[in-house]
Amino acid sequence: MEAPIVSSYIVMAGALAVLLNSAAVVVYVERRVAAFIQNRVGPNRVGPFGLFQPLADVIKLIFKEDVTPIYGNRTLHTLAPMFPVITALITVAVIPFGDGLFITNINVGVLFILAVTSLGVYGVTMAGWASNSKYSLLGGLRAAAQMLSYELPLGMAIASVVLFAASLSMVDIVNSQLYWWHVFVNPIGAIIFIIAAFAEANRTPFDLVEAEQELVGGFHTEYSSMKFGMFFLAEYMHVVIGSMLITTFFFGGYHLPFAGYYAHLLPEAGTWLKAMLDIAVFLGKTGFFVFLFIWVRWTIPRFKYTQLMSLGWSKLLPLSILNFAVIAFILMLIHG
Amino acid sequence: MFEQYLPIIVLIGIAVTLALVLMLISRLIGPHRPNAPKLRPYESGMDPVGDAKERYSVSFYMVAMEFIVFDLEIVFIYPWAVRYQELGFGTFWAVMVFLSILTLGLFYTLKKESKSFEMTKTK
Repeated sequence: MEAPIVSSYIVMAGALAVLLNSAAVVVYVERRVAAFIQNRVGPNRVGPFGLFQPLADVIKLIFKEDVTPIYGNRTLHTLAPMFPVITALITVAVIPFGDGLFITNINVGVLFILAVTSLGVYGVTMAGWASNSKYSLLGGLRAAAQMLSYELPLGMAIASVVLFAASLSMVDIVNSQLYWWHVFVNPIGAIIFIIAAFAEANRTPFDLVEAEQELVGGFHTEYSSMKFGMFFLAEYMHVVIGSMLITTFFFGGYHLPFAGYYAHLLPEAGTWLKAMLDIAVFLGKTGFFVFLFIWVRWTIPRFKYTQLMSLGWSKLLPLSILNFAVIAFILMLIHG
Repeated sequence: MFEQYLPIIVLIGIAVTLALVLMLISRLIGPHRPNAPKLRPYESGMDPVGDAKERYSVSFYMVAMEFIVFDLEIVFIYPWAVRYQELGFGTFWAVMVFLSILTLGLFYTLKKESKSFEMTKTK
């Protein structure tokens, strides 16, 4: 047991470094891609191609005044920004980045993911409640209702993945996609999961939580300085985590498409070359989905609140239950 | 068994420390010049009217209640989804009956509550 534990802490250091830096990179990429889509220039002053813009933003945020509204609840107001950051950081614990490259492989990995993502609701709701501002409160309530509603289709979509893997361990789920990615055998589940992941990350078209035109900043209206920065950091880390989960559950994790059929052509398992290839494949797919998140944000307008709730409850949830039942039936006929 | 969970505990420790450090940085470095208008809740420059914590739509509570029911359903599904191949068709039909009862319940609540998503003040 000695060796895997040592390597798991090395992986942890790497994963944390990637995750924290990716937030800065995604902020930069989002602004550049948004500018590209809207035919603007985007940030291009700080450093070459504006690459140091996120760094400048963070320094600016640190030197700003930290305001706590007097009518609010001080303790909850201070605690709230910590929740999204912590939940985003601990989700990586069970995501496998390569063959044997994971922080830990617990046999209830899927339940861990579901438990930790539900905790994210608390931060947003607490922020809205503790600020004692109408905009914040409405934003927080909407966030709670939205994230609860979309967690159900998310959970059902993952349940349909579990049918194929017959295990709750993330490593087994990735390895069950060696030949066929789940997106090919379970496309409806994949679409439902992607939509629900967008809603869980509070991204457009589901960003009613912070709809600028009606709620100013939503739940973080009353936040300033690095407390606001933490919500901002957490939002982008959740985008990266969401992309990692989409990759892991439906797009084969670190496996190339149909890798099982030409496994003899790839480097041998356990070598450095294979590890590098795995990480490159995983990060490549994650990068694509991060780009998809950004692309959708600057292309599709926001839903109305009623449309959001009826999409979640009366369309996605029945569809995901039906998808689960049909897949279970087909798999029973094949294997049973 | 416990060794597998040790990295998670370490990671939670790191995450909490990092969040605390980020929280403290701006409190220590940033300026601190509070005044009354700055500390009042922001209402687009107008003087705040009343308290924010008044009554709000009951449909938010309904959503939370329905969530608990269906979340339990999903948690019941997971153990079966892991072992379904060994349990055979008898259990399969039992789970399908369970699922269909809950789906009926879902359609019942949707029919009954569909108006509540409209978030109207009077009903």
